[in-house]
Amino acid sequence: MSNALLDLRVHHKAYSGRSVLRHVHLRLAAGEVLSLVGASGCGKSTLLRIAAGLDRDFEGQVLLDGTPLQGPASRDIGYVFQEPRLFPWLSVERNVGFDADRSPDHARVAALLAEVGLSGYEKALPKQLSGGQAQRVAIARALYTRPRLLLLDEPFSALDAFTRIKLQDLVVELARRHGSSLLMVTHEVEEAVLLSDRVLVLEASPGRIARSVEVPLAHPRARGDAALARWRQDVLEALQAVHAL
Amino acid sequence: MHADHELTAHLDAHPDTAADTATEPAPRPRKPQPRWLGLLVPASLLLLAEAATRAGWLASNLLPAPSEVLATLQQLAQQGLLGHIAASSARVAAGFVLGAGLALLLGAWVGLSPLALALLNPSFQALRAIPSLAWVPLLLLWLGIDEAPKIVLIAIGAFFPIYMGVASGIRDVDRKLVEVARLRGLSRTALAGRVLLPAALPAVLTGLRNGLSLAWMFMVAAELIAASRGLGYLLTDGRETSRADIVLAAIVLLAVLGKLSDSLMVALEARTLHWRDSFGEAPR
Repeated sequence: MSNALLDLRVHHKAYSGRSVLRHVHLRLAAGEVLSLVGASGCGKSTLLRIAAGLDRDFEGQVLLDGTPLQGPASRDIGYVFQEPRLFPWLSVERNVGFDADRSPDHARVAALLAEVGLSGYEKALPKQLSGGQAQRVAIARALYTRPRLLLLDEPFSALDAFTRIKLQDLVVELARRHGSSLLMVTHEVEEAVLLSDRVLVLEASPGRIARSVEVPLAHPRARGDAALARWRQDVLEALQAVHAL
Repeated sequence: MHADHELTAHLDAHPDTAADTATEPAPRPRKPQPRWLGLLVPASLLLLAEAATRAGWLASNLLPAPSEVLATLQQLAQQGLLGHIAASSARVAAGFVLGAGLALLLGAWVGLSPLALALLNPSFQALRAIPSLAWVPLLLLWLGIDEAPKIVLIAIGAFFPIYMGVASGIRDVDRKLVEVARLRGLSRTALAGRVLLPAALPAVLTGLRNGLSLAWMFMVAAELIAASRGLGYLLTDGRETSRADIVLAAIVLLAVLGKLSDSLMVALEARTLHWRDSFGEAPR
């Protein structure tokens, strides 16, 4: 753990005079999948925005591979939001290759679209996609720059149950194949335990890490695996302890 | 295990209510109505007017029959009507290009730069509150009665809707899209060119369309006041010679020209915004 990919320290973060985060120290090893759970308003999304460099107004520092994060534009970081946030006037190909503007790497875009199951959709416009397809495009876009860290802010919450299951499996598999670490905010204990190597339970006002639950099961995991129940119970108890439930 | 499941099910349940709709098919578009339906009302009114004047219910010197207006149009066509149309269209085109050009530049600047917004926007809002016809005496004093005051008046009329469309269109761009661009490290110019301007395009085109219809309106105002050519001149001429048929002929031509230029704008809008995912077709 000495050479963490992400080392994030927030001494204090206030939002319009209110303390949102205090004394949060979060380390993420290369290849690790880490989930943040907690009641709404506990600052977990803020933590993710700080990790991405989108929010610079806090006391503390973010180290990516040992060097301080300068701004939001690191190609080592990919970000998937709750909604797809595609540019409606750009084709799927230009959205995925947005980083390269007018000259996206066609082969790379095609390969990513194949991986998310959208081969042949290069020329489609976002308005022609379903919610699940749009989110797949957003995931492909986040992977375009070959990021070592993928930040996901409740990426599956806007999807129906079937699409959600498919995309959960897809994201973890892609992260493994591309060697990316995952830092995911979620409000679903089931999802957190199923996908993560470690689940951090956040306490609210001010937000701080109340508990860290390791889930030492090998991937890929079966959704119905009875062994998962134990860690789910741990996380639920931790959530109850911080009055998130 | 059962207890767990209930708890997680409870956790699962709450945030998804709004989200489930995201993957449902979009609401069925309204059934398009046949285009000829729009002709029903004007055609009936024309027939009614024709019948009413022929039957002598209406004085034909006040409301000439549509057939009479048509005859007047044919007669005018042989007496340089095209020249009048060309003069008016040229004024609209020149004023619109001048006003739209300035509005696009200044609107984009105010939209993109907080400094320009603070510096210029209050003044523009104040100027916008002036009824544009109030400029007429001043323009006549400053610029004489030639083409210049007419074109400037038309430009003023076209300026404000376009300026508002551009400036507020850029200001209203979804912060969420801007964040995506920030994550890719776009420079200020790249952000403007690749995200802000395309995202503001619907508002810009609406502004251009409104600006164009105002340009026609101000062209008539300018020509009513002082002109020796143009459709506004025909209106004045018809009034002075008590020829309601000439006045109506000019009005018909203004309607046709306004509608034509608006249709061009709608076509441009449809081409440029083909990516837009909207509910119904735009009112044409």
